[in-house]
Amino acid sequence: MASLTRAQYKIAGLVVVLALVLLSLPSRTADALKSVVASLFLPLIGFASTTDALAANAVDRLMPKRELARQNSLLRRENQQLRALLLQAQEQARENARLRELVGWRAQSAWNLRVARVVARDPANWWRTVHIDLGSKDGLRENAPVLTPDGLVGRVGTVGIATSQVLLLGDPNCRVSAVVENAKRDVGVIGPAGALRSDVVELNYLPLSAEVKPGQLVLTSGLGGVFPKGIPIGRIIDAAPAADEMHLKARVKLSANLSGLEEVLVLMQ
Amino acid sequence: MKWFRAITILSAAWLGVFLQAKCGITRTLLAAQLDVLPPLLVYTALTSTVGMVALVAVWGGLCLDALSANPLGVSILPLFVVGLAINRGRGLILHWQITARLALGAAAGAAVPTLTVLLLLTGGHNPLLSWGSVWQLLVMSASAAVLTPAVFKLFELVDCAFAYRPAGATSFRHDREIRRDKVLKEAE
Repeated sequence: MASLTRAQYKIAGLVVVLALVLLSLPSRTADALKSVVASLFLPLIGFASTTDALAANAVDRLMPKRELARQNSLLRRENQQLRALLLQAQEQARENARLRELVGWRAQSAWNLRVARVVARDPANWWRTVHIDLGSKDGLRENAPVLTPDGLVGRVGTVGIATSQVLLLGDPNCRVSAVVENAKRDVGVIGPAGALRSDVVELNYLPLSAEVKPGQLVLTSGLGGVFPKGIPIGRIIDAAPAADEMHLKARVKLSANLSGLEEVLVLMQ
Repeated sequence: MKWFRAITILSAAWLGVFLQAKCGITRTLLAAQLDVLPPLLVYTALTSTVGMVALVAVWGGLCLDALSANPLGVSILPLFVVGLAINRGRGLILHWQITARLALGAAAGAAVPTLTVLLLLTGGHNPLLSWGSVWQLLVMSASAAVLTPAVFKLFELVDCAFAYRPAGATSFRHDREIRRDKVLKEAE
């Protein structure tokens, strides 16, 4: 094996210094630099979106009329059911507002949801993040909750100009205060459960006296100030004492399908 | 041609990282994401200079970290170290043999993520690790082993398509030369 020449030593030194400088940058600068590098992928993201749209269009054209008529009829029926539910919900909202006024409670602010498309997933195996096509130009800010109609997905991490990173539930950097829907309203913290299953997370730091049973619903508790109260997270699979036997931990099957995410709703502030 | 090769390899790294982030089929089927940079680095280390290895490591690492939750720059060193090690030993490696390419791909596919995770842990970060990570490492290593000969084949095709064709052997032979020149005849 030949020894390195002086020029090769210089190149190696340069790479090491560059890596060390990048690793020691302040987080704000590193995030800004990351956004700049990520923006180099925008042409590819645009191309992939166009290709997806063309493929979907082709599938629509190929679909037989009978299938379209069947889907139309199903959607009409669902629309009628949703209209009935909307009327009921509007009445309940009015009643809620009247009661809040009587008791003197502060009215809850309405959710301002924006639809975003998932454009890329984390290429590394040790993080659970996705990129969405909303950024600071759309008024997006860090820590905005991200959800689907089925339940909570995660929160916004780094915000770029046109795209942003979303930390999914189960990522080591995304912890959520959650409450179990049982008589005692036991509160714990949602964290990662393992590297392989993206549909299961762990509910930690439950009190030993918690009455957690399989099938019970887990919701956001509203503690911590990031996530509003009452967003469904998932259902309990099983519970067991933690290794230190100081608290209980439970496995939770997520309501939202994180591995098949295509569109998400971002709760704008 | 050197510049063309460099641009092709860097474009492949850029495109490869994007495809890695876009296609989640292996994540759904095998619960692990493939890594395209180690096979590309093996190819670069065996066919190019240390400077090119450094360029691919820096560019590929930056692209990967930009789409990932990794701290920016953490993938550069593992890629460069593995690339440099292969480049230094390329005189001893029978790199035209498919077995050697498979073995190098497998080794690079296991070494790069291991070194990256070690760097992350050293830097006080908390990556998602469990016993399932061993399975993911095996999948990454096996996929890199399979992808490495494919990368060599791909670049061979690119070279065939864009490189200058070698000049064909001439049919001229001294012993079959027909001598018509008057001066030559007189000399005889």
